[in-house]
Amino acid sequence: MAFSGVDFYQIEALLSDEEKAVRDLVRDFVDSEILPIIEECAWEGRFPRELVPQMAALNLFGATIPEYGLPGLDNVAYGLIMQELERGDSGLRSFVSVQSALVMYPIYTYGSKAQKDRWIPALAKGEAIGCFGLTEPDFGSNPGGMRTVARKDGSSWVLNGAKAWITNGSIADVAVVWAKAGGPDAPVRGFLVEKGTPGFTTSEHRMKMSLRASVTSQLAFEDCRVPEENVLPGVEGLKGPLSCLTQARYGISWGALGSAMATYTCALDYAKSRKQFQDRPIASHQMVQEKLAFMITEITKGQLLALQLGRMKDGGTMRPHHVSMAKRNNVWVARECARLAREILGANGIVGEYPVFRHLANIESVFTYEGTHDIHTLVLGQAVTGIPSYNPPAE
Amino acid sequence: MNHVVCIAYVPDTETKVKIGGDGKSIDETDVKWIVSPYDEYALEEALKTREAKGGTVTVLTFGPARADVGLRECLARGADEAVRIASDGLGETDSLGVAQLLAAALKGMKADAIWMGSKGVGTDAGVMVSMVAELLDLPNVNLVTKVEWKDGAVTLWREVEGGREVVESPLPCVIGAHKGLNEPRYASLKGIMAAKKKVIAVKKPADLGVDPAGITGEKAAVRWTKLELPPARQACKLIPADDPQKAAEELLRLLRDEAKVL
Repeated sequence: MAFSGVDFYQIEALLSDEEKAVRDLVRDFVDSEILPIIEECAWEGRFPRELVPQMAALNLFGATIPEYGLPGLDNVAYGLIMQELERGDSGLRSFVSVQSALVMYPIYTYGSKAQKDRWIPALAKGEAIGCFGLTEPDFGSNPGGMRTVARKDGSSWVLNGAKAWITNGSIADVAVVWAKAGGPDAPVRGFLVEKGTPGFTTSEHRMKMSLRASVTSQLAFEDCRVPEENVLPGVEGLKGPLSCLTQARYGISWGALGSAMATYTCALDYAKSRKQFQDRPIASHQMVQEKLAFMITEITKGQLLALQLGRMKDGGTMRPHHVSMAKRNNVWVARECARLAREILGANGIVGEYPVFRHLANIESVFTYEGTHDIHTLVLGQAVTGIPSYNPPAE
Repeated sequence: MNHVVCIAYVPDTETKVKIGGDGKSIDETDVKWIVSPYDEYALEEALKTREAKGGTVTVLTFGPARADVGLRECLARGADEAVRIASDGLGETDSLGVAQLLAAALKGMKADAIWMGSKGVGTDAGVMVSMVAELLDLPNVNLVTKVEWKDGAVTLWREVEGGREVVESPLPCVIGAHKGLNEPRYASLKGIMAAKKKVIAVKKPADLGVDPAGITGEKAAVRWTKLELPPARQACKLIPADDPQKAAEELLRLLRDEAKVL
């Protein structure tokens, strides 16, 4: 049965014809190509790489870029793509987020013409896969503490350090790596490190219980020599990687709604067909209705939050703390919906016959990646009080 | 080669059809509309042929303004132009009326190949291919599952009971596409953005020289008088099988006395 959308509040009327067409295209793709295989992929811990050429043909990579023959979509249309992809699977959405927002975005925004000409078309066609290396084994919420350094040596840079929890790491042809350029106290700069560069190795994180249809890796740099022309010339300092994360988090605030829609619609259908006590559907029980009412209310609020955020992004008035609110809220909504759906499904909530447990496990990653729920709370705290709580006070 | 693909914008095949208040039409509230799946095969084959041999692909439909969404979807997949014959305010017509309108529009379009689905999934009448061909005095081949182009002609494989028939037709001709002909492509995001910029040509029946009074109301050859949903399926009768002997006897009794098939 094809997904017919979740729209309790006539939000459809707030979308343009193109935005609806974009969403419906990706919706159809997810129903026809992703849902039939995703449960097996997650079970086997396999990224369905065979879908990459198809996703490229649909122009899902770099969809907001208006050059290089790319669609130049508005941000609401982009958000709706993320929503539909994550209705399929958070891992699939993560792949597209990384390729578009964390790899193509920094190369397009901060790269030289040669870097753009080389990588944007290849990444758009899915001929090259990218990854983004910021987080380190010891530095997650505090990226400024990173230990990866690049030392200038003649006309090249020599990288040393390690990155962790890197989506697409082991399958990437190019890694956008952030390192302190010149020493431990120097500003962060972005380096394009190609697969096969001597001194650059990757290894997969093993035994993942979440995002199992997505590749997550560690990157290691040991005297890894990168030519000067592989440095992103357009940005210096943490605002480089942070601006990329703002893009990705924006997409997640929509994507999480897709996850919530998947678990909500599954729970609703199940509750209407599952009969207990006098042959009545469990949807007639007050406690089940309370759960469904909570889910639809929170999804609807999340939709309005994401939509207005998108309109602000298109209007140039969106600030990072606005993104924090939507990412924090909507991923929480998805996490709550997954939990409640699993309760409504009873034992069926833990088997792969239904998508609920996969979403439940996936959303645990989304809850703490791309800025943990708690860090986004502190961003909001700072935004309203003007007082940062998470930097050690300077005495 | 220039292709014209006639499409129907019909209720999604998953729609739970409800009967309208007048008892002879469907209630269109909450209906999701789609390009008829058989028309997608027709469009795909026209696009593939254009990609191989050059030319243009134009999509043509008869319908209200909402059908523009279906035409835009075809443009997003790669069609060059779109034309809609406006049904707004026309009143009830029938297949022959629609065929007359399509034929009138097609006369001015210089098509080498006219494509349609073998049938729409709306009323499922399956008459449009032959009606349009007849009105244009062109050959037609329906239920086509394979196409091979020749100079000024085309070889077509068509599904027939228990086998396939291979026929050759001169061009232009009307081709009815059937399931199995190809795997329709997805649109692309670039296609959607390009389609947004295109103008859909909207024509009124009078623009095509067709008098609406001649194809509607009492003049329609076929009129809908009543629409009914199929009767609700009766609940299954389960025979307890604790004692196989008794269960078999009961089954035989029911088949003989109630179902009256023995």
